[in-house]
Amino acid sequence: MDLKGGYTNEMWQSIEKVEATRKSRVEKLHPAMSLEEGDALLKKYHPDYKEGNTRELRVGSSKGTSVVQEVVDLLEAYPRIDPDKIDLTKTDLETDILVIGGGGAGASAAIIAAESGASVTIVTKLRLGDANTMMAQGGIQAADKENDSPAIHYLDVIGGGHFRNIPELVKALVMDAPGVIGWLEDLGVMFDKEKDGTMITLHGGGTSRKRMHSARDYTGGEIMKCLRDEVQNHPDSINILEFSPAVELLLDEDGKVSGAILFNLETEEYLVARATSVIFSTGGFGRLHIQGFPTTNHYGATADGLIMGYRAGVKLVFMDTVQYHPTGAAYPEQIVGQLVTEKIRGAGAEPVNVIGEQFVYPLEPRDIEAASLIRECATGKGVETPTGMKGVWLDTPLIEMKAGKGAIEKGFPAMFRQNMRFGINITETPILVYPTLHYQNGGLEISDDCSTTVPGLYVAGEVSGGVHGRNRLMGNSLLGVLVFGQRAGRAATEYIKGVTPGKLSLKHVKKYVKELREIDIAEDKVAPMVLPDYTRKETKEKQLTTQYLGTLR
Amino acid sequence: MDDNMVRIYIMGKEYRVPSNLTILTAMEYAGYQVKRGAGCREGFCGACATVYRLEDDYKLRADLACQTKVEDGMFLAQLPFVPAQRARYDIDQLSPTVGVFQRLYPETFKCVSCNTCTKACPQDINVMDYVQAIIREDIERAADISFDCIMCGLCAMRCPAEIVQYNVAILVRRLYGKYLAPRSLHTEKRIEELNKGMWKKEVEELMSLSEEELKKRYKKREKEA
Ligand SMILES: Cc1cc2nc3c(=O)[nH]c(=O)nc-3n(C[C@H](O)[C@H](O)[C@H](O)COP(=O)(O)OP(=O)(O)OC[C@H]3O[C@@H](n4cnc5c(N)ncnc54)[C@H](O)[C@@H]3O)c2cc1C
Ligand code: SF4
Ligand code: SF4
Ligand code: FES
Repeated sequence: MDLKGGYTNEMWQSIEKVEATRKSRVEKLHPAMSLEEGDALLKKYHPDYKEGNTRELRVGSSKGTSVVQEVVDLLEAYPRIDPDKIDLTKTDLETDILVIGGGGAGASAAIIAAESGASVTIVTKLRLGDANTMMAQGGIQAADKENDSPAIHYLDVIGGGHFRNIPELVKALVMDAPGVIGWLEDLGVMFDKEKDGTMITLHGGGTSRKRMHSARDYTGGEIMKCLRDEVQNHPDSINILEFSPAVELLLDEDGKVSGAILFNLETEEYLVARATSVIFSTGGFGRLHIQGFPTTNHYGATADGLIMGYRAGVKLVFMDTVQYHPTGAAYPEQIVGQLVTEKIRGAGAEPVNVIGEQFVYPLEPRDIEAASLIRECATGKGVETPTGMKGVWLDTPLIEMKAGKGAIEKGFPAMFRQNMRFGINITETPILVYPTLHYQNGGLEISDDCSTTVPGLYVAGEVSGGVHGRNRLMGNSLLGVLVFGQRAGRAATEYIKGVTPGKLSLKHVKKYVKELREIDIAEDKVAPMVLPDYTRKETKEKQLTTQYLGTLR
Repeated sequence: MDDNMVRIYIMGKEYRVPSNLTILTAMEYAGYQVKRGAGCREGFCGACATVYRLEDDYKLRADLACQTKVEDGMFLAQLPFVPAQRARYDIDQLSPTVGVFQRLYPETFKCVSCNTCTKACPQDINVMDYVQAIIREDIERAADISFDCIMCGLCAMRCPAEIVQYNVAILVRRLYGKYLAPRSLHTEKRIEELNKGMWKKEVEELMSLSEEELKKRYKKREKEA
């Protein structure tokens, strides 16, 4: 295939139209939608409203509610281990607080708990920091400027979430936000600042004040690297166990938390970890590829915490809604689905269609922006790639027309580098985008101290639901994982004082299995998923081992 | 052979894979289930460091498996773990000075300026420059240059002086961020206000509103230009 500047001839025909209208668009934005127009658009084009997106859950504490199909498939599946086979009288590991998941929520919980004197073990599926937190590019919100306030932040959050958010959780989010930023500064996070220390802040979709703090376009990475470094600096109080995902929560006879079952990914052994309190910080579910969408999420985002928590009786909230990020890469094929940060629209880039027309205000709340892109492509105004995928242009050269030469390389080094690898210079040519599966809006139900209906179980971060209602705004998730990670760390440290769990038990899992059998769920489905399966059908058809022989699989 | 297929050698074993795959997806296409060696799959975490050589070329190259397209005749192996040295410290007890590095990472000062690290870096960071900046006690410059480091370990694996550049670099950035970057005064001020109990009333008032009233307020918001 002949490519010029990374694009095919057919694509260039459309790029030329974009170039032709560019100048006229510098000063003029497409108007924003009213709440009513937005609602109508969502109903018509957002994937949440697509027939068959959800189905009714038939087991457990949220039986009867509508949940995204792919999640129901996992909730209506059997445990990886036979609860009768594992010997719970022998423990492989003991700790006060067991933090499950090594992203932003887990790392902050571990640091806070350790600093309050608890002995902590943090277990994670991949490496510490291999997490969605590491990938967040755009920024983190906090109302810490003169013209802003926690109340204005509150209104933005709750409007963005379609007025369905759980108010106490939003209050915690906005009130703790400035403190979180100060904490990160103390840890050494390099925020983008003016010479006098004033934070350089931008708008994000749905914000009424410029409160998006950033660290170039590696905001989450910068935060995660500092947090990881700090966790590693506490060897006396924090024990780190990598490649050891949890697969089941353990309770005691009274239903209190007593630990978890871990899976050693390398030796494939299951281990018993005893703990007085457990914090779930396992993140989201992008790797379930809801409705077949590609995803921005890391390799381990498979909803494990959701499954384990649900089996233990914690309810689900907002699991019928999913966040699709409006701008995932649609081209080149190697990076399809990967994120094009919203910050790039905050800085002046805008979506335009195949003939170079504006069609949406660039910073609508995410669901509305995404639905607008889907509408363009569904009504013949999209651009087709050589693999037949459709997308619209995100006109990046506008940024430097507005902010001056060099603004892209300085503000978006990750984005610039990624495209240059494929010969695309985003300072000169636009990039092709289409919505991609991004965020689990809902999750396990929590209170504002991250406690759940299971004594001793705390849940923080993307695995929990309610903070963002039916739609999360950019920058509020990074904020949420830190706010609630800290809160979980604090609450768990309080809880363990004077509590001793009794005998370890998997009674709750047995009960759940019984429910599954009662509705005749096929026995061959297991969960949690742990890692997505990208093995091709052709390979699988040749993997014919009938039984395990020794350790050779 | 089909035009769109290339031959790659995963740890020496030949596989035919579509040419439009990355090293990571090509390994999966070939039938590997990756456990170590993949994290973000988007170029942000450094889990997928890979070394490779092209046919009839002596040069050992290094890159990220998730961001690099396969090429015909690629001999590759992943580097899923780097057994690198890392210092332990209490960041609150340090100062942003070269003395900290002399104590915690003395090998940094043995850099022979061979530039091998820079050539190995998949992020195109001028690694040698930041090492040299640390030696000169230019903490700000070292922090700035190393900012995009994703801690993949490839530089350290090639360094003849056995410096663990990326661990040195996270320390330099934390020192800069904590001690040298100007503090954000408006953040400090807002934290003080919150500690005094301010803003609670305003937020609680919103919490008490009906959905209808909230919607009105939401629509009435003024947007900062
Ligand atoms: C590409 C991208 C860009 C983003 N940009 C922004 C942004 O600009 N601003 C913003 O606010 N938000 C952003 N987000 C969202 C935000 O980054 C995440 O929602 C947030 O970081 C989630 O943090 P977490 O700690 O809950 O989960 P994660 O950071 O995903 O961490 C979860 C951890 O748990 C581990 N884990 C999973 N299952 C198990 C198990 N069974 N046992 C043990 N460990 C397990 C995972 O491997 C991982 O280490 C972005 C997300 C992505 C993917
Ligand atoms: S500086 Fe070293 S560790 Fe960091 S990205 Fe470059 S090669 Fe990897
Ligand atoms: S590879 Fe090592 S010795 Fe060579 S320039 Fe880099 S840091 Fe210095
Ligand atoms: S998998 Fe994270 S950088 Fe490649």
